[in-house]
This record gives sequence, C-alpha cells and structure tokens, in this order.
Amino acid sequence: MAGTYRIGNAGRLTPARTARFTFDGKHYTGLEGDTLASALLANGIHLVGRSFKYHRPRGILSAGAEEPNALVSVERDAARRTPNVRATVQELYDGLAANSQNRWPSLAFDVGAVNDLASPFFSAGFYYKTFMWPKSAWKSFYEPNIRSAAGLGVSPDQPDPDHYSSRFAHCDVLVVGGGAAGLTAAVAAAQAGASVILCDEQAEFGGALHFEKGAQIDGQDGWSWAQATAAKLAAMPNVRLLPRTTAFGYYAQNFVALTERATDHLASPDRTAPRERLWQVRAKRVVIATGAIERHMVFADNDRPGIMLASAARTYLNHYGVAVGRNVAVYTANDSAYFAAIDLKKAGVNVAAIIDVRDAPSGAAVDEARSLGIEILPGRAVVKANGKLRVSSVMVEPKTGGASRTIECDALLVSAGWTPSVHLFSQSRGKVAFDADTQRFLPGTYAQDCVSVGACAGTDGLEATIAEAIQAGSDAAGKPGKTLKITIKAQEGWTGGMLGAAPGPGTTVKAFIDFQNDVTAKDIRQAVHEGMRSIEHVKRFTTNGMATDQGKTSNMHGLAIAAETLSKPIPQVGLTTFRAPYTPVTFGAIVNHARGNLFDPTRKTPIHPWAEAHGAVFEDVGQWKRAWYFPEAGEDMHKAVDRECVTVRKAAGMFDASTLGKIEVVGPDAAKFMELLYTNPWEKLEPGRCRYGIMLREDGFIYDDGVVGRLAPDRFHVTTTTGGAPRVMNHMEDYLQTEFPHLNVWLTSITEQWAVIAVQGPNSRDIIAPLLEGIDLSDEGMPHMSVREGKICGVPTRLFRMSFTGDRGFEVNVPADYGQSVWEALWAEGRKYGACAYGTEAMHVLRAEKGYIIVGQDTDGTVTCNDAGLDWAIGKKKTDFVGIRGMKRPDLVAPGRKQLVGLLTKDPKIVLEEGAQIVADANQPVPMKMIGHVTSSYWSENCGRSIALALVAGGRDRMGQTLFVPMPKGVIEVEIGSTVFFDEKGERLNG
Amino acid sequence: MAKASTKSGAVAERRPALAGREIAAAAVRVAVLPPAERISLRAPAGSVSALSKALGLTLPTKPKTSASKGGRTALWLGPDEWLVIDEAGKSPVADCAPVKALHSAVDISHRNVALAVTGSGAEATLSAGCPQDLSLAVFPVGAATRTILGKVEIVLLRTAPDAFRVECWRSFSDYVFEFLGEAAHDAAA
Repeated sequence: MAGTYRIGNAGRLTPARTARFTFDGKHYTGLEGDTLASALLANGIHLVGRSFKYHRPRGILSAGAEEPNALVSVERDAARRTPNVRATVQELYDGLAANSQNRWPSLAFDVGAVNDLASPFFSAGFYYKTFMWPKSAWKSFYEPNIRSAAGLGVSPDQPDPDHYSSRFAHCDVLVVGGGAAGLTAAVAAAQAGASVILCDEQAEFGGALHFEKGAQIDGQDGWSWAQATAAKLAAMPNVRLLPRTTAFGYYAQNFVALTERATDHLASPDRTAPRERLWQVRAKRVVIATGAIERHMVFADNDRPGIMLASAARTYLNHYGVAVGRNVAVYTANDSAYFAAIDLKKAGVNVAAIIDVRDAPSGAAVDEARSLGIEILPGRAVVKANGKLRVSSVMVEPKTGGASRTIECDALLVSAGWTPSVHLFSQSRGKVAFDADTQRFLPGTYAQDCVSVGACAGTDGLEATIAEAIQAGSDAAGKPGKTLKITIKAQEGWTGGMLGAAPGPGTTVKAFIDFQNDVTAKDIRQAVHEGMRSIEHVKRFTTNGMATDQGKTSNMHGLAIAAETLSKPIPQVGLTTFRAPYTPVTFGAIVNHARGNLFDPTRKTPIHPWAEAHGAVFEDVGQWKRAWYFPEAGEDMHKAVDRECVTVRKAAGMFDASTLGKIEVVGPDAAKFMELLYTNPWEKLEPGRCRYGIMLREDGFIYDDGVVGRLAPDRFHVTTTTGGAPRVMNHMEDYLQTEFPHLNVWLTSITEQWAVIAVQGPNSRDIIAPLLEGIDLSDEGMPHMSVREGKICGVPTRLFRMSFTGDRGFEVNVPADYGQSVWEALWAEGRKYGACAYGTEAMHVLRAEKGYIIVGQDTDGTVTCNDAGLDWAIGKKKTDFVGIRGMKRPDLVAPGRKQLVGLLTKDPKIVLEEGAQIVADANQPVPMKMIGHVTSSYWSENCGRSIALALVAGGRDRMGQTLFVPMPKGVIEVEIGSTVFFDEKGERLNG
Repeated sequence: MAKASTKSGAVAERRPALAGREIAAAAVRVAVLPPAERISLRAPAGSVSALSKALGLTLPTKPKTSASKGGRTALWLGPDEWLVIDEAGKSPVADCAPVKALHSAVDISHRNVALAVTGSGAEATLSAGCPQDLSLAVFPVGAATRTILGKVEIVLLRTAPDAFRVECWRSFSDYVFEFLGEAAHDAAA
C-alpha cells in the first residue's frame, strides 16, 4: 500500500503502479496518478510549509490550482529547481524530489516562527508605518533587510536548461475548463461542425466529477462519462484537447493565452522536447466553464495543518483513494460538505461531527448524514482549532454563546460555500454583477464574444449545467448540429454558504482569510478603522488577495468583512479587478523560442564570412554585425586602426558598406517626392549624378542623411544610415501615403539586394578598373559624385563614385549573392596596389578627419542643418519640404545655438572622451556652465595628432578660442577650429 | 553556380545564403530553395492588365492570393503591390521594362531567400511563430501573405496542403532557419 492513509477500495489509481519520491529528504511511496499533495496525504503528511509572514505551520488546503499553502520546491537537478510549486498541482513521478520552503532549520522547528509571537507588531500596513523614519534608511537598511526576510522559495541560480515552445492557434470555439459543463459544450459545438479547442488545467478531464460521486450521466457515473466524453472528443478531427493546460490570460478580441505543461509530470522527460508550450489562441467564441472554488471557514487558528476544504478531502478520497484523517470533523455553512462526510463515513473513516453554522440545515444530504449516524451540530460555530503542527481538536460553541465543547479530530473539513470562477470573464473586461440571493458575483455584462456556463455562471445542479452547456456549445458553433441529448439520472443538490468571518471571538485571534499572505479578519477590520473605504485600498493596505494565488479562496471573505465593518452592502464596497495570469506562468513559457540566437536576429552581410576568415573583430550596429577592424599579427585595436587609416590614404582600402540602408524610389513623380522629403534640390540632378541628401523631421531637425544617385529620370537609388534604414523607409512611406498620395512614386527597400564594397584611396580606380565592363572611369567620364550601371566580374553593378574618406573613392554595388566573390576579386586586385581591408572604426576616423558628420553621433535629434554647418545642402529656392517650417522656428534660428566645430587639444597626444562637456572658464565654481560637448574624438595617425568634433554654443564665432574640458584627472585645454582636419581644400577627391 | 567572364578573366561566383543547410525533423523538412528571379512590383489598378500581359500571368487582385503560371508566381501583398517570383530563369524585370503603364518594378532577386517547409507538421511549424490562421480552410493552397515569423517579417505562400514557401530577407535567413528548426522539432504535438 502506497501510504498508510490509502484506502483499498477507494479512488481511481492503480495500487500496483507505485512511484517513489522524497520530501525534505525523506523517502516515501505514492502511486502513479497522484499529485504530490495526495501522495503526501497518503503518507499521513499534512505539514508541508511555513507561511509567508508569521512562519506558521501550514498544510494542504485544497486539491487544485487555488492552493495558497502547499508551495514546495521541486528539484530535478541543480539547474532545474522550481520554487513555489503547488503540491496540489504537481503530478507525482518516480524519483520526484520536493522540499518545503520558508523554514529554517527545519519544517517542524522554524526559527522564523518567532514572527508569529511578535505578530501584534506585524499588523496591516506594518511596513508602511514602521519603516518611515529615518527616511534615508529605507533604501539602505529597511528595504534590503525586509527583502531578504520576505519572499517565498529560492530562485534557481543557474540558467534554465529547458526548452519552451509556442503555438498560435485559431478555432471557432475555445472551451476553457473540462468539467461536465466544458465537456458538454465542446461536444455540442464539435458535433455542429465547429473547430474546437478544449483546455483544462488538470491531467484528466472531469473537473468537479473528480470528487462528485452523486452524478449519473448517460447511464454512467459522472467520472466514467467524463472520460468517455473526452475520448469521444479526442477522436474528432475538428477538436484539439489540451489537458494540463491553463488559460491564464484573456485579452482583446477573444485572444486567450494558455500554458501547456508538457513534461513536468514525467519521470524522465525528453530533454529536447519543450517543458511548456505557450498557446496563443484566437477564438471566434469562448465558452468559459471554469467552475467554482470552495471557500474555507474563517475562525481562530483556521490555518492549522489538517484543516482543508471539504471538496478537497472528497477529491483525495474519491479520486486518489486517500483518507485525509482517521477521525474527521466537518465545519460548514453549506450542504456540499455533508457529501464529504458521507463519502468518508462510507469509506470507513470516523466522522466526529458535522458542525453547521446554520440553525436548521435540511435536505437529502443532511438526512443521509444523519442516517449514517453522523452527529450533526447545527447552529454552532468552531471558535478555535487546537494543535500546532496538526489540528488535534476543535472548540465548538453555540453561535449565540454558551458552553463550549471540545471535539477531538485529526482533520477538519471546512466549507463556507462556493465562489464562481469569474476570473477570465473579468479579464475579458466583462462586468460582474452581485446576486443578492446567493451572495455571489456572477457574470453580468459581457464585453467580448464569450459565454459562461455551469458553476462559474452561478448555475447550480448538474442538469441545469448540462442543458446550459448544450445550448452554449451549439450557439457557439453558429449552426445547429445533431441535437445533443445527455440524460442526468442523479445529481447532488448543494445549498447554503456564508461570506466573511464565522461567529465567535474575532477581535484578537488569528482567523485567516488569505493564507498565502497571512491576512486575518482582524487586519481587514483594522484597515477599515484606519480609513480605507474602497476594497482596492483595503486590498493594498492588507495585501489581501495579492499573493500568487490571487485570493482565489480569500477575496470574497475579505470583501464581506470590509462591507460588514463599513455597514455597507457588498456591491457598494466593490470587487477588485481580476488580472492575468490566472495562475503563475513561467518566464520560460512567455519567452519560449526567443532565447540565445533567437532572442534577436543577428544580421550578417554577404561579405561577413570573408571578414571572419580574415580575422575581423566585429561590432554590433543595431542587429548587424559589422567588421570593426582587421588586426594583423601583434596589433591591438589602436595599431590596426592607425595602419588602416594610413593605408587608405596612402594606397587604398576596402570596406564592407553593405549594411547601408538603400531604397529605390521609382515613378514619374520620383524627383518631386525627393524634393519634398529632402532639403536638397533634385529636379535638376541629371541621371548618372549623385548628391548628398539631408532629411529633416517636421520639427526642422536632422533625421537622416545619405548619398542619392539618380539612375534615370524616374528612378533614384537612395542610401540611408545603417541604423536608420527601416525608420527612414517608414518615414518616407508615411509621408507618401498620408501627405503626398497624389504622387505617382513607389518605394522599395533594396538594402539587402545589393552588397556594397567601398574602394577608397588614391589607387581605388586602378583596383576596380580591370574588373569593370562598360563604364568609363576617367574623371571626365565619371566625375566625383556620379553613378553608372555596368558589369563587374561579369555581373551587374551600380557603381557610385563617392567618398566618405575624402580620398578618391568608389562604392561598388553588386547583387548580394555575388558580394563575397566580387570582394575577393577586388581584394586580389587591391593587394597589387597595397590596399587593406578596413573596418567601421577606421571609417569613422577617416570621415572625422574630413569633418563629415555621422547622423546620430554628431547629431542627436536637436541639431539643425545650420548647427551642423550644412546650410549649403538646403535648396535655397525650394518652397516646400518636410521640416521647412520647423527650421524657421524662432529658437532654431536664434543666436547662441550649439554649432558643430572642430576641437584641437593643446596637447596633441590627448584624445578627448566622446560626450565630455566643454566650459569657457575652468576656474568657475562647480556646477560649471557647460557650453557644449564632444561628439566625435579619435587619434588621427594621418594628422599625427588627436582630432575631435564638438557641438559648442555659438561655436563658429569662437574660432581660435581656447576652451576647457574638465575631466576627473584634470582640465584639458582645447582650441576651436575648422571641422576639416585633413586636406582642407578637398584636392584628394580627384587625387 | 552562374559564372560570367570579364576582360580581366575574373568571374563572380554566386554564393547564396544558407547554402547546404537543411532540417529534417520527424514531421517536417526545411530545405533551402534555389535562387530565383524576383521583382517587387508596384502599380495602380489601371496598369494591372498591361502588366499581367507582359508577365504572362494574371496578377491577383484579391487579398492573400497568388497566381502561378510557367514557373512564375505573383503574390498579392497589398492593393498595389505584388511579389513576382520566377523559378524558370526568366527575367520579370525585363518583361516589365517595355510596359508603358504606370508601375515600379524593382529587382529584388538577391534580397530574398526562400525556404520550403514541407511535411505533415509544416503548418504547426509555421504556427510556432506566425500568428495568422494557417488552416487549410482559411489559408488554402495558393494563399499568400506578408506576415511575421517570431521576430522577423516573412512572405508565406502555401504551395500544397503540406507545403509552404517562406521568403525572408537575406540577413534574416539565419534567424528564420534556426527558428524553423526549433519549431519543426516541436511540430509533432
């Protein structure tokens, strides 16, 4: 027998199929199909954890997802250590190792339990009140200490080695919850031809039929009917059954997120298979069949291990074959608990008494309990539970007061009634309505195309539930199918229930409402006395319902006590909003595939393999990998960049510019469009010529720049910055569609169509010449800033003569797949002329030597053309372009704006830090008045000194002035000068 | 691979992305398709018939559809936008060049990389990262869409009940390939 509390003839598990497990290092045996909770209970273990705040001993309250107490750590190996696993949800597998949490040194003797004795100090709002002074201590002392003392479980400290996957799914009908209502609705919808997804959080479908023995459906007992129905659904091609799958979030337009736990129940899962799968379902109609959750009774010390929900005890008995005690008492306000007593009594467990707060409970269940000889004590209340690590007895008093009686028991089953699970309905933005007759919140106004059926809709009784589900299923399918007939022969009738604290002394005792956050009835009353009026404030002040169980068992009690204390009806106090996730969701499921290489795309150019093979060091530019520099043997970055810069100017260099954004602008109105998007004039640019273009935002600031070639009257080849490519395309498309829809012009991204090889330097023409066909490379045939189409190495090329170095230069565009091959051919030619490959760092230095700006480095979104010294790029006769009005704003033309200038350090060896601040007077007191900052700064081997660009207030009027850059190690003197440091006359462009 | 000679004798060799890579999972195969000629075609409604004639197929005008003839497929991507793929070695750029009707035809043959995702798990594989409904009823053979896969944009064409063509930009092909590899592994479920 797997556990001494296992009852031979009860339950649905197979006694021969045992599974061994450990809890806090001790070995136990359970059965396949057990949850960790049922296996522990079978071994007589109720004490499984310590509470969050008071470290009180806690047991297993429930048999499902609502469990607030039984949180354990499940450890498969060092990396697979999952904290806060609900023992009532974790399925047992052979070899499972679980540990209790929140205790030291042991579960039975926990030092932290001193908090329980000190509890008068830990009342509601304790943290807010106590740690107010001194204010500065909050961050340095209080918060870190509170954080280390608080919290549940220990996070794993290794990367999660498991896989997680994702799946988008679409269906006509999503049914959430696979109890009697959900199964029926799914069959009705599927038989009508709808595509159906049915998910349920448990391993097996059946919902409340796990414990509800009194149901007879279609000639079978309820459980057998549920299994047969699930099997029938599984065989239908239009149905997808998802057990172990929780619908945790209900978003707009019937978008529902589910997590499927694929392997957590397996002893040795396939490590290549996903542990969990995130389903993102778009359903035409959602049927919510999420049932109801039983509430506990609120009385003194109601958290003692051995006190559990009546339905949970019934589940452990009827499904798992486990008796939760040998001498069980029941405390209820509701009929359903009687069935638990009846089932246990019939199974041979002694039922000490049923204590019922109602004065005259009646009905079939009461009669049957009485006929079985169970003592029923109506009109009485349990005023205290005795026993610390396990309940040993309860004190019972008449509600109206009087002599108390102690009833011995080793388990107490409680039921204050049932709370409909309106969580998903509320998440869908539906409005709940309070039903005064039954004292519960039910779905009221629907916001989405969904319907609630069964217990979550407040429908009582199996027959009514099934009828409602049939209707909902066929309605959801949108067309009547075969008429579904389900016959109910027997069902259980439950009535009764109460909200709030049970009768008895309530002012000083710990009568828990929220077990997970250790919130008592007293705390709620105190919150009201301290002025909280809205339930939203009461909730935050007391933390009621704010634990990971989201108050599934506690919210209604808390609300009722607040309402009572305020002397207001419940609906006036209000219900807090339900939010996703319904139950905790792993980060693994949320990120699923987006880890490692799939976290973000890594973009590589066609020439990347060559650069890699030639030792390039890469830098990240957006998603791109770009060759940063090409160190030769013994070179550090500094030496490599110096060599590359000198070689380009002395001989030639080759640079992979493929990442530059490229847009082909085509149509009869192409030039008109360009006129509107750029500051420059384009109408008169002849085909075959290029121009450096500047694009502004509407506010007049520089947005992007690039060289544009006109290939034909109606065709431009536009280049953008690497990082700006997508947004420039969007910017252009946005204006085209919204502001200039009358223009006949179309935009196509050609960034990836063309690999771009920049060949720069005095020998560049000689290097490309032998490989070209059909292009005259003479200065007359192809002057600086021109573009030609022809062939290189036998494949098409768009050849630009342009320069971002200031030396003679070309950019060879070839179709991407030819990029590397053409590069190699050019490399072979280049070697004959002493060319080198250079990376982005040398490119930056070379352009800075010439004062060419980089948008985003020398500009920051607040720089105008004038600030950057680029007024020449504005078409003076133009009357309209994006930004033309913004440019004229008073503060954009006011004197004293920061202007781009060159900076030369007095000591040529000092390289300034980019971002360093500039002041006019280094001796002024701190904080100094900053008049500018360094935007670009490099060592220039070609100049034999450091160079820098800076934005300085009124900079162009300060030529020759000495300014100062205060740094931690001292003040650096700089002189303002031209932005051009090399070849000021620009003769080398044709050199 | 295509080779061409120049006066210097240097010849450019075509080196497609993902060359030689393949995924074979239980229910899915992901193969890299050979290079093809492609254009991005933009045109107003009035030019459709002239362009259809020039291209030798009827450009589809219904959203999410495609038309195919003689190794050439036109995918509707928007009210004035088509992706034309030619797998028969003919040039759609050249075919559109003489058309006088208003249009823009831009060669993007090298911009895109194509993958074939085939097998009983093909739909599930794509559904790992594509939020659209890819069921046969909603996305039948010949259906085409510009959509996303995980974090990148793709163009998707259903070529058979169990087969899709995935087109993505060249530099995203590593990501797409790896994503499909992971998804293919999970597609049996």
